[in-house]
Amino acid sequence: MRNLILIALVTFLGFSAQAQTKKNKNLKYTTEVNGNCEQCKKRIEKAAFSVPGVKTATWDVGTHQLTVIMNEEKCSPTDLKKAIAKVGHDTEDVKATESDYQNLHSCCKYDRK
Amino acid sequence: MQKYITLFVMVLLAVPAFSQEDLQEVKITKKQKGIKKSYTVTANTSVITSKELLKAACCNLAESFETNPSIDVNFSDALTGTKQIKMLGLTSPYLMITEENIPSVRGASQAYGLSFTPGTWIESVQITKGAGSVINGYESISGQINTELLKPLNDIPFFLNAYGSTDSRFELNTHFNKKISDKWATSLFVHGNARVAKNDMNDDGFLDNPLGKQINILNRYQYYDAEKGLVGFVNFRYMNDKKQTGELNFDKDRDRGTTNSWGSEINTERFEVSTKIGYVFKDMPYQSIGFQNAFNSHNQDSYFGLNQYNIKQNSYYSNLIFNSIISNTMHKFSTGLNFSYDEYREFVNINDYSRIDNSVGAFFEYTYDNTDDFSLILGGRVDNHNRLGFFVTPRLHARYNPWKDGVIRFSAGRGKRSANIFAENQQLFASSRTFEILDTNGKIYGLNPEIAWNYGLSFSQKFKIFNQNAEAGIDFYRTDFQNQAVVDLMQSPQQVSFYNLKGNSFANSLQLEFNYELIHNLNLRTAYKYYDIQTDYLTGTFQRPLQAKHRFLGNLEYETNLNNDKQWKFDFTYNWSGKQQLPYTASNPTADQFPDFSPAYAVINAQVTRVFSPVFEVYVGGENIGNYKQEKAILGANDPFGPNFDASVAYAPIFGQMYYAGLRFKIK
Repeated sequence: MRNLILIALVTFLGFSAQAQTKKNKNLKYTTEVNGNCEQCKKRIEKAAFSVPGVKTATWDVGTHQLTVIMNEEKCSPTDLKKAIAKVGHDTEDVKATESDYQNLHSCCKYDRK
Repeated sequence: MQKYITLFVMVLLAVPAFSQEDLQEVKITKKQKGIKKSYTVTANTSVITSKELLKAACCNLAESFETNPSIDVNFSDALTGTKQIKMLGLTSPYLMITEENIPSVRGASQAYGLSFTPGTWIESVQITKGAGSVINGYESISGQINTELLKPLNDIPFFLNAYGSTDSRFELNTHFNKKISDKWATSLFVHGNARVAKNDMNDDGFLDNPLGKQINILNRYQYYDAEKGLVGFVNFRYMNDKKQTGELNFDKDRDRGTTNSWGSEINTERFEVSTKIGYVFKDMPYQSIGFQNAFNSHNQDSYFGLNQYNIKQNSYYSNLIFNSIISNTMHKFSTGLNFSYDEYREFVNINDYSRIDNSVGAFFEYTYDNTDDFSLILGGRVDNHNRLGFFVTPRLHARYNPWKDGVIRFSAGRGKRSANIFAENQQLFASSRTFEILDTNGKIYGLNPEIAWNYGLSFSQKFKIFNQNAEAGIDFYRTDFQNQAVVDLMQSPQQVSFYNLKGNSFANSLQLEFNYELIHNLNLRTAYKYYDIQTDYLTGTFQRPLQAKHRFLGNLEYETNLNNDKQWKFDFTYNWSGKQQLPYTASNPTADQFPDFSPAYAVINAQVTRVFSPVFEVYVGGENIGNYKQEKAILGANDPFGPNFDASVAYAPIFGQMYYAGLRFKIK
């Protein structure tokens, strides 16, 4: 009997846990990405679009904010940041490698924090 | 807030997806340009803003293109004074003309429809050269013109415009706007115009311009709920237009239906209801649904001397469109359904051509944009029409930016339409010509549907000369007719024949454009256009009559900087038109002949605007300042019921110079 209750509980908890982490298909996510110019904008947005699950991507030259709508079932904010760091742009959590940074066009070499 | 604005913009843009980027520009740009050409939109589209519309006397939509290189404004005939437009050398029936993406100038309204939209109502006009989008239909062949009217939510509370000219035309436009609640706003536009005095500057005994009266009322409501992502429009419109032309001493009560003197009346009444609703999905700004419905009734009663022509058209048009993306916004698509129903009651003298046309179609349009230097729109539609049959319409547009500030565009597409031969050629009723339809097997007046392919290639480049902005462009378009309802004026001056194309018919157009900011605030716009438009007629191959092979347009605008809200604006437009093929008249007596080709001529327009404050401005201007007049406007004018009478040939202005003045008063 105790086992049964335990199983029931676990099942229940399992369900609710699943419900809690139910993934948003249209998550609106904004994060800071370092960059300078229109060329950076194209590069950053292109990198964002290369992540499967990213549906829209807009990087604001003035505020350095990247706003995306993404399908959490297919990707995570970390995937996004990794893809952007890969093309040379620092994000809050994932930084670009020195060599990727050095590959940027001279006008795109933003001041690293 | 920003989210709401984005939402709102998305909803507004959801339906006219094709012109998306231009409209966004209108919102962002501070100092407006008259004509905008984006280098990042896929199609060869230019946007005429309301600023450009203020450059000319510009009483209605037909007259608003006189400073535009893509569109040629012609003089339609010696009687009605209605201006016809052409794009790539083809007349307006070959264009898709829409008002807020609902087809507007079509069928019965083809001849005068553009004069039924007052200039002050217009917010912007998008002109697309070439095949165009498949979303609104299959009929466009050489281009699309979409007019956006002022939106109630952005409108000012009160606007007044008064206008008067030396050809005795007067206009009054009043706009009222009220925000009913935070979600509803309404506008009421009232337009009246009249030409009250008879003018005969060339002393041929005929009016140079019709006497006329028009009352035109539009009441529209806009709904917008940002939280729910809903936007809607409801429009009610009524128009009554009366024109009288002909001989000076024609009295319509006494002389109608007699040969006492020649006269003509064209009376049109129109009623229209349209609705539009758009919904943007929650948290998905890239996905939306739009649904448009329009009903209109158009009733024209007219006679031209002893020729009677009456046409009534009741139409219903419906368009359902769904916009979304495939994986991300680099791949967008629009898909949906159209339905149209047209009931015509058409009488040419005693012949009854009444009929019902209907069609249902589905479209799919895919847009790829690499967010950088390349984009592509691939569209297709299938339609089933009771006269045109079942057919497929493919269209393609592509854009590539090979380097900075340069753009190459390509387009190709097919169009198909039924020619309303009487409505589209009704100026020919003002002649002694007999109307002969030589084919009998087709479903449209005995004729087959018109089918054409259009291909275009264009290149534009921006650069600096002496540190000032300059732009150069070249484009080439070709329209190839597979079938055409040929209108043959090359056989006999006493006859017009209509028949299915036998042989070739094509229209080539080449345009060179150069724009330059000479000094700060002084802009020059120039365009040279070459047209080669040939049709195989029964008597041989000729250039399309009344089409100049060479045209040149120059426009110079200067405006002073705003000084205490005061400003001067100057505009000067020069239009040169080369010789034009004229209809065949060689078999007439010498006095009643036209030469084979018309002479070349130039028309000069100028305008000065004084802005006294944001509230009040005054403008004065002149049209055809060089006072060029067509030498012989009407053939056989002294015997209008005789065999040689023809008032349908207008290759140049009939009326000489004209001066006008007007004022604009706004309460913001």
